[in-house]
Amino acid sequence: MITNKQLITIKGTRDGLTLYIDDTCSFTAVLEELDQVLSTEYTDDDEPMITVTIQLGNRYLHKEQEQKLRDLIRSKKKLVVQTIASDVISKQEALQWKADSEMKVITKMIRSGQVLDITGDLLLIGDVNPGGKITATGNIFVLGNLRGIAHAGCLGNREAVIASSYMQPMQLRIADFISRSPDYEADGVYMECGFINDNKEKIVIDRLQVLAQKRPDLNGFERRILNG
Amino acid sequence: MGEAIVITSGKGGVGKTTTTANLGTALALMDKKVCLMDTDIGLRNLDVVMGLENRIIYDIIDVIQKRCKLKQALIKDKRFDYLYLLPAAQTSDKSDLTPDGMVEMITELKQEFDYILIDCPAGIEQGYKNAVAGADKALVVTTPEKSSVRDADRIIGLLEKEEIESPHLIINRIRNHMMKSGDMLDIDEIVQILSIDLIGIVADDDEVIKASNHGEPVAFQPNTKASIAYRNIARRILGESVPLLSLDDEKGVFSKVKKFFGMRS
Repeated sequence: MITNKQLITIKGTRDGLTLYIDDTCSFTAVLEELDQVLSTEYTDDDEPMITVTIQLGNRYLHKEQEQKLRDLIRSKKKLVVQTIASDVISKQEALQWKADSEMKVITKMIRSGQVLDITGDLLLIGDVNPGGKITATGNIFVLGNLRGIAHAGCLGNREAVIASSYMQPMQLRIADFISRSPDYEADGVYMECGFINDNKEKIVIDRLQVLAQKRPDLNGFERRILNG
Repeated sequence: MGEAIVITSGKGGVGKTTTTANLGTALALMDKKVCLMDTDIGLRNLDVVMGLENRIIYDIIDVIQKRCKLKQALIKDKRFDYLYLLPAAQTSDKSDLTPDGMVEMITELKQEFDYILIDCPAGIEQGYKNAVAGADKALVVTTPEKSSVRDADRIIGLLEKEEIESPHLIINRIRNHMMKSGDMLDIDEIVQILSIDLIGIVADDDEVIKASNHGEPVAFQPNTKASIAYRNIARRILGESVPLLSLDDEKGVFSKVKKFFGMRS
């Protein structure tokens, strides 16, 4: 395909370079032109590494294509791909995203030996008995007694929180952190929540009200859209 | 058409067999036709507690494998005309009993009896599955110990998956002084954790052990604490509303007089 239209536009900003890639041409054409463009750009050896942001527009790249693009740019010295942004995502990703950000409401008692596994946030209306376990990829809120094990952010989200009307858990787990109840007999506490503290060293339990300061972006699921 | 009630607990040694024997006796005392069914293959006890051990000729496995008729295997109780026992096998393999076989037997027994009480083995394996297969209702027995409450919780979770009405709870072996001093879980705590309806509480009573060693269920005695408790549970099974027994020991005439005058002892 011969065209005079430039497929790739390079703009420099304070944070580095931004490559705007035309979203109507074929991917091979992009690679070819990118190769030419980047080869002609002259860079001095003394210059620091330049970070590149790629704007794809309405083009969708799957994993291999994305990797090819990264490899190509990386092969040119002094350029590092920081992010690849696209206005479109696959349906699968979108559904996954939706599932991750949705609040699942479940009314059930989780008894000893039972496991409840949820993608997204969990609102459990009911008790978790000793020996029972609930896990969620997002936050966990229990309207009831939490006496078993709760694992929030089980895929690694350290910002996740666990809140419960009554907390007397055997274990609280958030991402890869685990805390367990003390060995001595202790009464539970009402209306409290567990989260990873500011220094990212352990799970702390505090009054529900502190969540307003500690996790202000817990409000609504729009936060994930905004944060990407 | 009768009703089949399974008595289960998960943990062993909490008093399933004793409860089965006593509830059977109590129901029989109220002129109900009752059949007790022991499903603990290889470790049968119900016959011993009922004092019918030496009358066993055929057992439940003989019925399943069609070596005898169901009626031939039923043992009539010494004391009641309409209390029968279907004993478990002592020597057969556990896997000989199947859920389908149980359902078939229970359907047949229901024609004849008002209540079929099924004594469930401990554990949650095949034996448990057999025992609950044909049941319409379930009674979960627990003691005020953490381990036993934990297992009861597990069993309730499993029972919820069966086509059975929400199970009822019996708290067995309550020692009042320990509960008061906080060394034992108290009743409210247990009911709160398990969150199923409580149908009765039974105090720990030496008479229970004495009676079962004599092969005569304690429910047969007129006025020991445990026997009253079991008879109350039986009345609740029949649909009467009976208040829970007070656990406090009444100390002599004086406290009774005080109670009469409405004073707190």
